[in-house]
Amino acid sequence: MAEKTYIHGTSPRQRMTVGAILIVFGVLMLLLFTPGTEAGQTAKFGMNLTSSAAIKIPDIILPVQTSLYVLSFIVVFLGAFQMARGIRSPGALFGIVAFAFVAAFLIWATKGKSLSLIGMLTSSLVRATPIALAALCGVISERAAVVNIGIEGIMLISAQASVVAATLSGSMALGLFVGVLAGALVAAFHAFLVIRFKVDQIVSGVAINIFATGATSFLSSKYLQHQGSLLNNSGTFPIIQIPLLSKIPVLGPIFFENNLVVYLMMLIVIVMHIVLFYTPWGLRTRAVGEHPKAADTLGINVFFVRYVNVIVGGMIAGLGGVYFTLGSVGRFDEVMTAGKGFIGLAAMIFGNWNPIGAFTSSLIFGFADSLQVKMQILSVPIPSSILAMAPYIVTMIVLTGVVGRAIPPAADGVAYEKQ
Amino acid sequence: MSANKEPEKTKARPSLAKMLGGSAFQSLLVPILAVFTGLVIGGIVIAVTDKGVAAAFGNFSADPGGVFKAAWSAVATAYGALFYGSLGSPREIIEGIRIYQSTGDNAAFLKAIYPFTESLVTATPYIFAGLAVAIGFRCGLFNIGAEGQFFIGALGAAYVGYSIEGLPWFIHLPLAILGGGVAGAIWGAIPGYLKAKFGAHEVVNTIMMNWIAFRLSDWLLTGPMMSSGFRPVTPNIQKAAELPRFFSEPLRFNWGFVLALVMAYLVYWFLFKTTLGFEIRSVGANPDGSKYAGMSVVRNFVLVMVLSGGLAGLAGAAQVLGVDHWVGQGFSAGYGFDAIALALLGKSHPLGVVLAAIVFGILRSGATRMQSMAGIPIDIISIIQGLVVIFVAAPIIIRWLFRIPGETSDQTVLTRGWGK
Repeated sequence: MAEKTYIHGTSPRQRMTVGAILIVFGVLMLLLFTPGTEAGQTAKFGMNLTSSAAIKIPDIILPVQTSLYVLSFIVVFLGAFQMARGIRSPGALFGIVAFAFVAAFLIWATKGKSLSLIGMLTSSLVRATPIALAALCGVISERAAVVNIGIEGIMLISAQASVVAATLSGSMALGLFVGVLAGALVAAFHAFLVIRFKVDQIVSGVAINIFATGATSFLSSKYLQHQGSLLNNSGTFPIIQIPLLSKIPVLGPIFFENNLVVYLMMLIVIVMHIVLFYTPWGLRTRAVGEHPKAADTLGINVFFVRYVNVIVGGMIAGLGGVYFTLGSVGRFDEVMTAGKGFIGLAAMIFGNWNPIGAFTSSLIFGFADSLQVKMQILSVPIPSSILAMAPYIVTMIVLTGVVGRAIPPAADGVAYEKQ
Repeated sequence: MSANKEPEKTKARPSLAKMLGGSAFQSLLVPILAVFTGLVIGGIVIAVTDKGVAAAFGNFSADPGGVFKAAWSAVATAYGALFYGSLGSPREIIEGIRIYQSTGDNAAFLKAIYPFTESLVTATPYIFAGLAVAIGFRCGLFNIGAEGQFFIGALGAAYVGYSIEGLPWFIHLPLAILGGGVAGAIWGAIPGYLKAKFGAHEVVNTIMMNWIAFRLSDWLLTGPMMSSGFRPVTPNIQKAAELPRFFSEPLRFNWGFVLALVMAYLVYWFLFKTTLGFEIRSVGANPDGSKYAGMSVVRNFVLVMVLSGGLAGLAGAAQVLGVDHWVGQGFSAGYGFDAIALALLGKSHPLGVVLAAIVFGILRSGATRMQSMAGIPIDIISIIQGLVVIFVAAPIIIRWLFRIPGETSDQTVLTRGWGK
């Protein structure tokens, strides 16, 4: 009773432990990365894309040993500061340390070679796009307390529907429309099962995944594989350079030279943030997600809000499906979503059910993805499959709540029974 | 399972189902009708996507009956191949027995029962994996990671199976089985511990563990555990670690199936006849109540995830030691979701899971033949399976379709959001 309460992670004992861990971590970084480096060795990071319209800037050339010492020192210093004074925001602390580690890793991996940093960041955003769209679908549904684990299945169905529609009609716009519509329909079915019939939400999602995998693979081997050029060859959305903005060095090639799906994704992030937190509809959505009974008492139609949000979520996931075909390779392959829907769910939790958070964590997953590919090219002596585990492990660590707790909407996953 | 169901079941409403034979029939009714409806819809899909039907449909105005004839023949060919490929033909089996009795030559008999034994071979890992998910459901945990646990279990069993040499089979085989079980149990224990200690939701964590398992196996199969060839597969296991087969070569039917049945009985006994099993079920039904009754929710979560992972690991072990004898990439594909469907279809009861596994074994194994004979992609089974899961999870659809009166709010509550 009389015990003093602390903000999460700020009690003196925890402070000392975290600080000590950081100091050890900083020293480990030094011991891990400096062996094998030579004095005067440099790492070159390319900051320009040859194909891009951006104004050229000089590449970054870093002295390997000095940079590693500096980065390790930053981590050790943060640890010492944490022990002595305590840092208020565990998230920021974790962010800086993670950044220092990744930077040290990249410098070590690129020692004596060159790496196109900008190319890696560009591909991070592209790879993050389907993950972010899946995560945004999760955010909008779960803010209204409907768990949708069938995102993976929705994306598969949309991917297939859109490529067939675009190939048959020859119109990319129609393909996009059909993909989004397919997503809306599957999500509407999910919503109907879980809202009207109160089917267990996760079970319904799992059923959608099983069904979608079966249905798309069935149609693919029955039709698409034999008549590929007639049904399964749509081409992709062109890259659009946004005038002026794409001239900005670094930011231009990353954000303003993309295809339609990537732009739409970024637009949805912003719009969803505004809608959720600055409009009456957002307030209603959040009320329905946190305390549906109270919302109902105040005259909000709980079921209607849930239906709309789940269906809009389905449209967003449908756009994610469109990314795989029209936005990427112009062709449907069986099970081509490869778990991106599930990673999107992890990104949603990682991002604390927030559109911007979900986008940021998707970027981290996308970065890890493209890092893995680059590391294969640089022939780093770590197996790339081991490296590829990192995002999953990080997600699990985040879920433990050690680094700031993710709090779901209070009524998430619970069917509402009108009294 | 459903904790907060109102105690208003005394409303005596005489229904057809009740008249036909009480609660056992009632509880089997929905799953049976679900599978039946799934097959019917699967048949519709087969008919609609059939070339002959499309051709007949083009001729609809002249010969409207032709469409139905074509549809019927398409479905009959497909399902005929499915059931011939999974059950064999009774006539051939009787013929085989006759030949064996008169001449002592069992070749014809073995050939005749081959399809059915293959179905049981397919059902074997399903039984283990279905039990794994079912035991989780009983405790209110959704183990969506059976696939990863299956893979890791298979790798564990394979490693014990090929790396040790010179042991007699009665030591080596149990050791290899144990290797699979323990590896799977560890893979399940991690999300269980995280759930118990930090409240981290097991659905996300088991999915993450799946991906870690796939990446780990990528590395193991191209590195430390790779056989001497060029393909990313493990070496073959030792003869002493193989689950013995009942018949000679083409028949792969082995002791794994018996082991699976024994395990199903053990799970039944554990869940319904022991104190620990009672605790698990009561935590599943009402965690808060169980806590106040002095049960450790945390311990039960970890225990159940260990058991669940162990069972999924045994599924992998049974597949390696009994059927394939080596592990390659994509070894576990689909088992995780299939296991969830099985547990739902079997209503999380060991006997139900065994029956469901045999049904799915028959479907999956027959689908291979259907693909080669009738040209129907094997994925039709996943379509049927997805529908079956929906119907089992939403019995109200089945009740409405078949006009079965009953409780309208008869829902299985299996999971509780992300956070709690």
